[in-house]
Amino acid sequence: MARVVAAMSGGVDSAVAAARAAEAGHNVTGVHLALSRNPASYRSGARGCCTIEDSNDARRAADVIGIPLYVWDLSDRFHEDVVEDFMDEYAAGRTPNPCLRCNEKIKFAAVLDRALALGFDAVATGHYAQLRTGDDGLIEMHRAADHGKDQSYVLGVLTQDQLRHSMFPLGDTDKPAVRREAQARGLLVADKPDSHDICFVADGDNAGWLRDKLGDRAPNHGGDIVDATTGETVGSHTGTYGFTIGQRRGLRLGTPAADGKPRFVLDIEPVSGTVTVGPRERLAVDHIAGIRPRWCGTVPERVEGTVQLRAHGAEHRALVRVSGDRVDIDLLDPAEGIAPGQAAVIYDGTRVVGSATIEATRPVEARA
Amino acid sequence: MTDRIVYLDHAATTPMLPVAVEAMTRQLAAVGNASSLHASGRGARRVVEESRETIADVIGARPGDVVFTSGGTESDNLALKGIFWARRDEDPRRTRILSTAIEHHAVLDPLHWLGRYDHADVELLPVSAEGVLDVESLRDSISRDPGSVALISVMWANNEVGSLQPLDEVVALAAEHQIPVHTDAVQALGQVPVDFAVSGVDALTFTGHKVGGPYGVGALVVRRDLAVSALVHGGGQERDIRSGTLDVPAIAGLAAAVEASVKAQHEHAARLTELRDDLVRRVIEVVPDAHLHGTPSGPLRLPGNAHIGFPECEGDSLLMLLDARGIECSTGSACSAGVPQPSHVLLAMGCDDDQARHSLRFTLGHTTTPADVDALVEAIGPVVERARAAKGL
Repeated sequence: MARVVAAMSGGVDSAVAAARAAEAGHNVTGVHLALSRNPASYRSGARGCCTIEDSNDARRAADVIGIPLYVWDLSDRFHEDVVEDFMDEYAAGRTPNPCLRCNEKIKFAAVLDRALALGFDAVATGHYAQLRTGDDGLIEMHRAADHGKDQSYVLGVLTQDQLRHSMFPLGDTDKPAVRREAQARGLLVADKPDSHDICFVADGDNAGWLRDKLGDRAPNHGGDIVDATTGETVGSHTGTYGFTIGQRRGLRLGTPAADGKPRFVLDIEPVSGTVTVGPRERLAVDHIAGIRPRWCGTVPERVEGTVQLRAHGAEHRALVRVSGDRVDIDLLDPAEGIAPGQAAVIYDGTRVVGSATIEATRPVEARA
Repeated sequence: MTDRIVYLDHAATTPMLPVAVEAMTRQLAAVGNASSLHASGRGARRVVEESRETIADVIGARPGDVVFTSGGTESDNLALKGIFWARRDEDPRRTRILSTAIEHHAVLDPLHWLGRYDHADVELLPVSAEGVLDVESLRDSISRDPGSVALISVMWANNEVGSLQPLDEVVALAAEHQIPVHTDAVQALGQVPVDFAVSGVDALTFTGHKVGGPYGVGALVVRRDLAVSALVHGGGQERDIRSGTLDVPAIAGLAAAVEASVKAQHEHAARLTELRDDLVRRVIEVVPDAHLHGTPSGPLRLPGNAHIGFPECEGDSLLMLLDARGIECSTGSACSAGVPQPSHVLLAMGCDDDQARHSLRFTLGHTTTPADVDALVEAIGPVVERARAAKGL
């Protein structure tokens, strides 16, 4: 029996995870993380998190499970490590993944550190991923049994030390079964919709949120949209932070492309304020330079495996070479729309080897 | 984990006294609306009026002064809004309300509301480092323009740090200008001598569940000759300033609890003071840099209150660790969306944000035993050590 902190968001997954941990005989304490400095009194619809309603849902779930629940205020840490980073990255023309950042800095760092100091042994969450002990005694993280729901990508930043103190009780189950189990356990959140968007961007309007929050920190509030094939200016925009590599929608190009094909964002230059667009084929990349690697276990020199480049994205066969803090990834299956700032998570089969932040990519054609 | 619960949060709510349970349950199955004219109604009305007389008798009021409400929050709202409105109606210059920075939210929030939506000028006067109203600042504030003061509201005893307030001086200052005084005596009744007539206040709030009575019932004791505008309109059951069918069983339970707790007050206070002093002394023995907040033990402090600061700790961590050992207390802080905020009382006493977060409130009551104190003293050392390790993480 371990003393376990179950992080409870108020959603169905973390509620069932906590219930399973308790049923497995652990001494479980629920903790709801208050991450927003200004929790909206009540959310509208199903989006967002950290509202009073979520906190109440977590409390009711804890009541039903029969465990205590406390609220830990991590709003300052969250703002500093996740929200500020999110803004900085967009201002720099990159596309960050705040969920990874939150797992790296908050859930399995700030929360885990505090839990360990308070005498707990582990943190349990409702993430879909599986932990196993390998032959070498190290804890391995594998994709969830339900590949459609697998969340190992956003956990790819966890180190061996963090994995040793983590529990993912839902890794062997698919989502419909989790919902049925929640129903059977009398957890009222059984029907609560999944959250998809970035939790602190309540209405899902990233560009609008960034425009509002970045203010003077934005590198620009407008510039040209240039077509890569002709070099011509084909439109204008109100801030490079509103774009991500591979984006097609919302370009509002004034001039139709000469070749009649749809245009995608190929490049973002925050200093000049230029957004470069082009046809889809120019999005393909077959090489990725990664920085800030995080390894789940032993640091590899070379991995012949696969990489995943966005949450719920496809797997690409890849050859990964590691040299200190640099990770070179050759993609055997080219990828499209890969944005610097996103994470490349490296797999050996179903096992997560580690991850790196994408610093730069090389288009397929440049290779010749 | 322990099977035995050590309940040291009597200021939040205290178990019902057996006499109150008995008085209440006796009425639960009886029929009769106290406003009805027939025999059943008259029976219910008789219970209400006897309860009113019992309460009036033990708190030094006349029966007609006692207005039954749903509890402390309603009584505070009725007093503040009702007296402010009536006084301003009499003279539109009366726009000021003077109170203290350490009132309960049931006072602060109505005052805030009156300021925001009803053009009241609310002044929250400062307190000392021990949590006692600075009477000089009250004197200055009144004398700046006595004719503009509609009402003064000062709590009898602070709910967090247990400091008694200088009500005699407040009443004397107010009397010079015939300004009515309201006091929230929710924490004081049954703990220290509370006599409405002797105190000289014009309105006094108390509630059932803090004195061993039921939840959801309390009273505003308010002089009959003081005009009070109604908040809740309807049948006018309570002196036309409070409407709603009277909750006869709850009122019967309330009266039994008030009578018992006031009659036992002296003995109760002596017993709790001894237990509390023992608790504080022994906790500080174990944790030498721990310190008592508020006024020192004695006539200026609630007997059952031990509000203790534990430097280099988060109160929330301490509370959780004690809870896991079956020891229940409070951080004394309010919550916003479940997120603990630093106590406005401690901030007003000059604590910084960090100091305001490292405290726990232990409050003793009629069921507290020496074994409860022993259990806390035994647990507190390791708990503080753990909480210190987690501080800042």
